[in-house]
Parts: sequence; structure tokens; C-alpha cells
Amino acid sequence: MPVPERFEFFIDASRCIGCQSCVQACAECDTHKGQSMIQLDYLDRQHSTQTLPVVCMHCDSPTCAEVCPADAIKRTEDGVVQTARKPRCIACNNCVLACPFGVPKMNTRMNLMMKCDMCYDRTSVGLKPMCASVCPSQALAFGTREEMARLRPRAKPVNSFVFGAQLIRTKVNVMVPDDARKEVVDVTAAMFEPAIGHDVLDDVFEGGDA
Amino acid sequence: MTEPVGTGRALPPLELETIHAFGPTRAYAAGARTDTGVEPDKRVKTHCCFCGQQCGLELKVKDNTVVGIEPWYEFPFNRGMLCPKGVKRYLQQAHPDRLLHAYERDSKSPGGFRPLGYEAAIRRVAESIERIQREHGRDAFAILSGASLTTEKTYLMGKFAHMCLRTANIDYNGRLCMVSAGAGNKKAFGVDRAANPWSDILGAEVIFITGANVAECAPITTNYVWQAREHGAKVIVVDPRITPLARTCDLFLPIKPGRDTALFNGILQFMIEKDWLDHEFIERYTVGFDAVAAEVRPWTLRRTAEVTGIAEKSIQRAAELWGQAKTSFLMHARGIEHHTHGVQNVLGAINLVLASGRIGRPNCGYATITGQANGQGGREHGQKCDQLPGGRDLANPEHRAYVAGVWGIDPNQLPQPGVDAYEIMRKAHAGEIKGLLSLCFNPVVSLPDNNFVRAALEKLEFFVAIDFFLSETARYAHVVLPGSLQEEDEGTVTQVEGRIIRIRQAVTPPAEARADWRIIQDIARALGREQGFTFESPEQMFGELRVASKGGVIDYSGVTYERIEKNFGVFWPCPSETPEGVPAPGPQGTVRLFEPGSWNSVAKGAGPFYFPDGKARFVATPHRGPAEDVDAEYPIILTSGRVVSQFLSGNQTRRIGPLVDNFPEPKVEMHPRLAARLGIADGDWTTVESRRGTCTLRAAVVQTIRPDTIFIAYHWGGRKSVNQLTISAQDPISKIPEFKVCAVRVRKAEAAPDYAGQLEPQQ
Repeated sequence: MPVPERFEFFIDASRCIGCQSCVQACAECDTHKGQSMIQLDYLDRQHSTQTLPVVCMHCDSPTCAEVCPADAIKRTEDGVVQTARKPRCIACNNCVLACPFGVPKMNTRMNLMMKCDMCYDRTSVGLKPMCASVCPSQALAFGTREEMARLRPRAKPVNSFVFGAQLIRTKVNVMVPDDARKEVVDVTAAMFEPAIGHDVLDDVFEGGDA
Repeated sequence: MTEPVGTGRALPPLELETIHAFGPTRAYAAGARTDTGVEPDKRVKTHCCFCGQQCGLELKVKDNTVVGIEPWYEFPFNRGMLCPKGVKRYLQQAHPDRLLHAYERDSKSPGGFRPLGYEAAIRRVAESIERIQREHGRDAFAILSGASLTTEKTYLMGKFAHMCLRTANIDYNGRLCMVSAGAGNKKAFGVDRAANPWSDILGAEVIFITGANVAECAPITTNYVWQAREHGAKVIVVDPRITPLARTCDLFLPIKPGRDTALFNGILQFMIEKDWLDHEFIERYTVGFDAVAAEVRPWTLRRTAEVTGIAEKSIQRAAELWGQAKTSFLMHARGIEHHTHGVQNVLGAINLVLASGRIGRPNCGYATITGQANGQGGREHGQKCDQLPGGRDLANPEHRAYVAGVWGIDPNQLPQPGVDAYEIMRKAHAGEIKGLLSLCFNPVVSLPDNNFVRAALEKLEFFVAIDFFLSETARYAHVVLPGSLQEEDEGTVTQVEGRIIRIRQAVTPPAEARADWRIIQDIARALGREQGFTFESPEQMFGELRVASKGGVIDYSGVTYERIEKNFGVFWPCPSETPEGVPAPGPQGTVRLFEPGSWNSVAKGAGPFYFPDGKARFVATPHRGPAEDVDAEYPIILTSGRVVSQFLSGNQTRRIGPLVDNFPEPKVEMHPRLAARLGIADGDWTTVESRRGTCTLRAAVVQTIRPDTIFIAYHWGGRKSVNQLTISAQDPISKIPEFKVCAVRVRKAEAAPDYAGQLEPQQ
């Protein structure tokens, strides 16, 4: 059974509290137990508690699959990009290096590229992915577009990203503030901004020295 | 003032042999827990064993082993959401460190203990209790219990102390957790429970969070706050640190630790000046406003700013937001409660709620966030030093008579109130208390000034610890009895909203381990006093608890296991019968307290609050500073708290590998300006000293903390324990210790500490 079209994945980094629940829950998924496919990092811990979870964005035209010399990476008809197929993967790392979002990981023990498959074993039978199920801040959310519009009236989903000359459309959405009026997130343009998007004003602690 | 460093308080021993034999070691998923395609024998709908949120989840069981978890999407509080502790909690079961037998101390055996047959161990415990009480009086044997136990067990522990041992000295680790909030709530409202269900957070216009690191200590509450904000709520956070929730709040008040009453007084004064008050509510439903108004009059914005370290404009903005809101939710936790004026802080926060009139209605709420699994239920039914079931008082003759009647004893057989948990340690140190039984309490890690605690335990003639792992405290026991994990027993707990929920047994205890309540009953039997201790199931205990609580403020008499299961929990009070003309609570019990026109057993219709006149109390809160302020010798404030991946004293979570890996060891969190002055760089070994002890840890240099304050998380024991430094000064009313403020000095360490090369992170 394919993942029902009306259910989509939404990421809202502004909600993330860095608790690692998604990372821990990912390793509970039945198809890759004990191994997490999610990366969650502080962007700049010295200046902020801002964290960001990275799951596979499930591109319409997945770069990982395009650069795969063995044609090991398949995108199912419902738009989910799967872990490399074991008989084909030659562990060349092309996908790991090419993915603009930095998602695929090489499992050196198994000589296999492994990545988030949106919990295909769950989502294809109508369940939510593990990470979006447990996320206590719902920075990772799984539901219908209508639900999201009702629950989050101040943000809207965007699924187009620019990396230099490359425009990428993804199955997974990121939530951006409604007033940002962005249809596309220009990732290259943001590269030279502070990692947490702005400088932290230290003056909240002005006069607070010992 | 306590003795200065260098007067004979050595560093804690490394205890390498004990650690080698009993852990803590880290467990990771393996075997059936990582095999794919394992079809579980059953999936048990229950709750997390850790914090007071008590998220619903399913445990997957295969061959009497918990092999994983599955979200329980239907449970309304968390709808499948879990923090990392909930996701990995299953790894505590079938753990290599698990105590499988009883042990007795024996210096010649590996790790200092040798296995002992269960029956022999029980006999030794009973003989020791009997001897100590005969030689030194009944109160010379004390009990320490815990608030992570089911309510049935906490009820039994109170009954065991008061009826079987007849000792006055029982207290519990909620003394470190809920007692300031409890005392404040009883003084102001006459009842001690979150006033509102969490659903009232959604739709509130202003959310005021003070002294609560919600994202790390009550992670599921984050989504409630974010969801309210999506619909326009303004979020105010008061904290000395920019916590993950504070990062994007609308107004952050970076308070100097220990100055909370000043802030609440200042905000209230500005509200009075602007007349942002609900006069009708104050007139009709409260008493004491004028005295509070007089108390806060000197608290101008300028003076409040000077004392609290918060900018005037921010205090004014908080008063504007709070003063003019139509709906709101105020929540606090240990950040304002862990103080020598913790009760005053709670009352100061409640004054803001009462002045606004926003309570007892939808989206108008107030709550303290409970810390432990059964932080609510564990403080209700008689394991506190002055308490009897149903929230009754041990000093009240009518209450004594009622409970004695239920137990079938003469009221004169009940002891008078005893002393709090820390005082039990002082009495042990002074030689007045000679024997101790502890269950679900790890004071060697969790109590302040814990070098003193270790010294106190060493003086005991007999100490028996019931535990599932050999905690740092159990290492001091003469006999260790193998108790049960949460998933090995049936029962109930009461979570943060006041909702009574069901804990389900998923697996049976291994080897000689058994349910804690059976162990207690076995001791009663060995003492020859088994009358009243012949329960055959937790449900039977719950049945008696219902009767014992009937007519009390905390009335469970209308609650049954079946009713809990059918309704995703039942909120107390839930009396089995109400007077004529008073409607019985709905199937879910009393979901929201203090609704206009509501009936309760104290006011009997006079008003919505739990006093004979039905009115809430404003209580004046004069500001007092912390017990130990900074000075030239100890110029920096130390505050302590939690991280998301660890829980309390870490006896469970420091044995769960993936959680240890998340945040392996405590760090000294400090601002770059302070670090620069001290010549400390991120990652440097850093020595922190107080008048009570010394601790060397790595520095984390971050801009998210006040420059006059350092923060250390408290989940570790031995030489990594921040509680070597903290002060045992207590609130005079609640007896909560002042974990949140003491004075320290900080310097770059000359070298790595001794433990660095010898202990794993969790040890």
C-alpha cells in the first residue's frame, strides 16, 4: 500500500528543542533497529540553544539516485526515496557526497548506504513515522495540509529549495513564517549568514556580571 | 553556616570495585531488541516510568522481555509524543546490572556484597528493626520512600510506618520536589493539585512560565505551549538561562537566582498602579488582598529591577501582558520552588493569578509542573512526615480517628508527625536515628551537601535498601532487597494534571526480585504484625485507599480501575457520593478545579475554593534573599537542574546507553564573559568550590546563561555530583532544600581529576 497522498511531512525548526527524541525513536523503526537515520545538531551552541533535525527531504528528482552509478537508489511511486538496494549498492559514497541536504549515511559494516525512508513500513500502512509520532515539540509533524493550515495559521509549508543553479522540489515541507512570503528557500544565499540566522543579542544579560 | 572545606570532608570514594560488580553500566539494544520482524507476544498500554507528565505508551513484550516501544496515539495527554527517555525507557528492563537476589554487606566479597537468600534477608531486616526499636525507641527506625512509586505503594509505605512500625519518621523524596508548591497551594487554595487540565493551555492569551525548563524537564508540555502560540499566545519565560523554550519566547526575564518574590511583587505593584485587577473576582472569591497590596507597594519597577537583575522595561512589559490578558496560564516548577523561600515564591506567583481573576475557567489556568512520575499521587496518601491518606493531617484528631478506624486500630497507636527527609539524615548523623529502610530514594546523589549524607548513612546501625539496581545510596546498605521496576507491577499514579492513570504490568520480576509491596508485607509478617498487610493485589490496596481517602480533600472514593481505563484517567476529587442536590463529578472526575458554583468537601457550597468560606487566600510575600549569598570569597552563584536525557539521580537513566550518549557527563555551564575573566575555555577542566565541597568538571562556555551564575546538572553521583556543593538550608515551611542558589568560586583546574581515567561517563 502506498503512503496515502494526503499525508505529508512538515519540519518546523523554530519548534525544535534539541531533545533527540526523533534520533532515538528512529533507531526503534523495525527496518533498521538500533540505527538512527536522523542527524540533530546544535547550529552554534555557544550562542544559542537552536537545534535542527535533518531527515530525508525525499526529492522529486533525488540527486542521490541521479549520481548513483549502480542505480541502487529507488524512488517509489508515492515519492519516497528508499535506502540503497543491498544487491546493487557498491558503497561508493557518491550519494553521501552529492546529497544537498547531507542525508545518506554509509554503513561501512554492511557496505550499504542507508537513509531515512519516511518509515515506509509504517507510513505505507497508515501509521505516522516514528520521529514525527514522538516529537514532543512537533517540530517534526506528519498530517494533512489542511490540518497544518488549521493548527499553524502563522506559517506555511515550502518545498522548493535553491542550491546555486539547482532547484530542488521535495516531498517533505519546511514551515516558514507566513510573513516571510517565500515560495523558495535559497540555501546558497543563506550560507554566509550566522548559523543561527541572526546574531544573539547579549544585552539580555547586561549588568548581570558577578 | 556549615563547616568550610578542608575540615575533614574528603572527596567521595571512587568505589571502583562496587561499580565493577554492580554498575552503572550502559545497556544498548541487542538480540530480540534489534532483530527485525520480531512479532511481540503482547503490547501493553501503560505509561512512562520517568517524569510527572506520565506519557502514555505501549511496551512491546517478547518472552518476558520488553523489546521496544510503540506510540499510544489514543492517550489524550500526549497522543503518541515521547521524549528520548520515554523512547528508551525499555532498556532498563532485562538489564545486566539488575539485582536478582538479596545481598548483605561483606567486605570480602566482590563489590562489597554477598548474595543472601530472600527469606534470610527478610528475617535479618525484621530482627534489626525489632532490636533497634526495642533498644532505642520506635522513632529510632526511619523510612525514606519515593514519589516514583505507584500510589498504592506510597499508601502502603505510610501505613507500614504509621501502623506496623509505629515510627513518626517517614518521609519521601518529594521533599526535594513538590513540597513548596504543595504548601503554597494549600495556603492559597486549600488544596494541592494543578488547577487545570493541560488542554486549558491551548487558547490562553498569555503563558507565564517561571522557573521551569519545560523543554528539558517536561518536554511534552512544549507542544501545548507552541500550539497556544500558533493561535496568538504571548509566551513569557523567567529563568537565569535561555532554555530551549526561552529561545523563541516573546518576553524573556533573565532573573538573578533567588529573587523571584521580588519579581512577582513588582509585577503585582505595576498591575495595581494601572488598575489591571479583577475587582469583582477579588471581592467575591478571595480574602487578604489589602495586606498583599500594602506589602508590594514599595516594589517599584526600579527597585524590582535592581533586586532581580531584570531590565525595568521587561518587568513593565510582563505586567502589561499579564495585567491586560483575558485568558492565561501560569506554570512554575522547581526553579522557584527549590529555595529557602520556595513557599513564598509560589504564593507570589499565585497572587498574580488571583489578582487577575483568571482561574477556574476554560483557558484560565494555573499549575505547578510535577517532577517525578507520581509527584502528585506520591504526595497525597500518607508517606509525607505529617500526613495521612486523603491529604489528611497526622496532627488532626478527627483525621487520626477516621484513618485509625479504616485500619482497625486505636488512634492513640498512631505516632505524631515526624521529621522531613533531610532532618532524618541529621538525626542519623547525630545518632538519634539508628536504623533506616529506603525505597525509591537515592539521597547520596539527590540530597544537597551530600558529603554530609554519606557520613550520616555510615553511622547507621542498620540500613536496608529496596532497589532494582544498586544505587549510590544502596552501596551503604547492610541488606539490599531486590525490588521491582515500574513495568513489573500493576497500580495507579496521578500525573501532572491531577489525572489518575493506570500503570500496567508488562513482565514479571526476575529471579528472587519481587514487587516492592510484597517485600514490605513480608517484613510485616516477619515482625509478627501482618494484620493490615495481607493484600493480594494492588487493586485490593487501591480499594482500601479509596475508603481511607473518602471524605478527605483528596477523595478517591469514586475511582475504580475500570473507570480509569474507560476514561483515559480520572481527575480527583472524585467522591463516591455527594450530598443531596450536589451533582456527582462526571466520568472523568473533577477535571478543572475552582469553577464558579462548584462544590467541594471543605467549602460545602460556600464557594469554589477549599476553605470553609469558599474563598482563596492572598498571602503577603515579603522578599528574602537566598540563605547563602555571594561574597568576596565565593563570588559566583551556583544553580542546578536537569538535562532532557537524564532523570533525577540517574539510577535508571545512567544505565541506558543511548541516553548516556546524549549527554554523557555534567558540565559547568558559564557565560563567555565569566569564562574570559577566569581564563577558562570551552572544554577545560574546571574546579568549582563551595563551603561544603569541591567538584571538577569540564566547562561549557555558552552565551545562554547569566554571567554571574553557573549551572550544573545534578544526575551524577560521587565526584561528579553537584550536590557536593549545594547547601542544605531549607524552606522553614516546606522543608525543601535550596538547590537553586548557593555561593561558589570557580577556577581552571590544574589537571584532569582522578576519576577521569578510571570511570566511564555514567559512573
